[in-house]
Amino acid sequence: MAAVDGALERARVVARDVVAPAADDVDREARFPKEALEALRAERLLSVLVPERLGGGGASLPEVARVAEVLGRACASTGMIYAMHQIQVACLVRHGTTEPFYDYLSEEVAGRQALLASATTEVGVGGDVRTSLCAVEEHDGRMRLEKRAPVISYGQQADAVLATARRTPDSPASDQVLVLCQRPGLVLEPISGWDTLGFRGTCSLGFVLRAEAPTSHILPEPYADISSRTMLPVSHLLWSHVWFGIADAASAAAQGFVRALARKQPGVTPPAALRLAELMTVRLQFEALIRHMARRYEEISADLDALDQMSFAVAMNSLKVAASTLVVDVVGRAMQICGMAGYRADSELGLERLLRDAHGAALMVNNDRILANSAHLLLVAREAG
Amino acid sequence: MAETDDQIRQVLSEHAKLPVDVDSLGAQTDLYAAGLTSHASVNLMLALEDAFDVEFPQSMLRKQTFQSIASIRDALDSLVTAAAS
Repeated sequence: MAAVDGALERARVVARDVVAPAADDVDREARFPKEALEALRAERLLSVLVPERLGGGGASLPEVARVAEVLGRACASTGMIYAMHQIQVACLVRHGTTEPFYDYLSEEVAGRQALLASATTEVGVGGDVRTSLCAVEEHDGRMRLEKRAPVISYGQQADAVLATARRTPDSPASDQVLVLCQRPGLVLEPISGWDTLGFRGTCSLGFVLRAEAPTSHILPEPYADISSRTMLPVSHLLWSHVWFGIADAASAAAQGFVRALARKQPGVTPPAALRLAELMTVRLQFEALIRHMARRYEEISADLDALDQMSFAVAMNSLKVAASTLVVDVVGRAMQICGMAGYRADSELGLERLLRDAHGAALMVNNDRILANSAHLLLVAREAG
Repeated sequence: MAETDDQIRQVLSEHAKLPVDVDSLGAQTDLYAAGLTSHASVNLMLALEDAFDVEFPQSMLRKQTFQSIASIRDALDSLVTAAAS
């Protein structure tokens, strides 16, 4: 445990000394937070989820989630990049059960602190990540893949991309595999830009992905299982921690603002203090939600029966919808408390950036799509998650 | 058993939205590899419950239960047996 506590402590230092000071510039310029990634690499924080026997930190998912939260509090883009990287690492750690993936985790992720990105969406599938148009083409132990991806977050900076594709050119759209595409066999040609309201530093451009790899870099399990047991639940867990980080930064700003007001008139409780008390009740709901769900996933993470149940899928969907709603709620309350001081774009409080970032949470993997999925599952699911 | 399989095939052809002819599937053919989506599998479950007048318990609401015609038959058999005993 000492080493893992160390990871969170190291993340706090990196967040304070490197990530937070760069956050405004990263946001303004919509640029990749390169200094943050350098610091995370120097502190070996990209491999904390890799087992110790492969040279990683051997941390649990709830511990990694705390790191993502701390980074997200300092800079939402950095937090999201860190979360998305760890989602890919989790897929490899949990489903890369053959030698080439052990080697990759040990040499590239733990050894070189490689940054992993994801290409699950595709132009033409209408946002349904559980179907693919592109297909793996195998020949003599090698595979080729070409995919038009509307979004690959930090694709240009990533050392490797995990991409979904149909298993073979003859496979139906839903029979997908996950492929580890690694530079220099990976080439990304940009097809769209990234100038959004929030999460600007994630540099989530669209690309044509072209990859060549040994066929041993196709994960052995069907993507359907990787998705339901790891990719989806871990995404929703880590993202919700980053979003809580955003909410926490906003509530800290509001608290500081109310305290400053109180100092001007000791003995008089400012009216905004009541709003702050309300904000804190919502913040507590948010914190309790993410801590509980992190523990819940950890408890059943090796229990395939439990992971495969619909009630679990519905619960993880509900986590995403709740967390992405709560972050907007908390930041909005903080804005209300700080008034015009918070509304100013040049304010020291920094709420405008938090507000823009907060609104991205419900839109990236749209909540309506997630609710529709839950609604469908609930037609047959028997018990509440 | 054959009768159950025929009934299952009937439900599959009406609700599973497979890109292949249901008659071409063996009892052990992986339905997901044949194109059964998670969305269609929910409709399949509902239709099976209606056709066989059963209710799948929580523990059976998993991907594996609907992996093949044989696994669906096993699940239905266990429900019918449980109801009879």
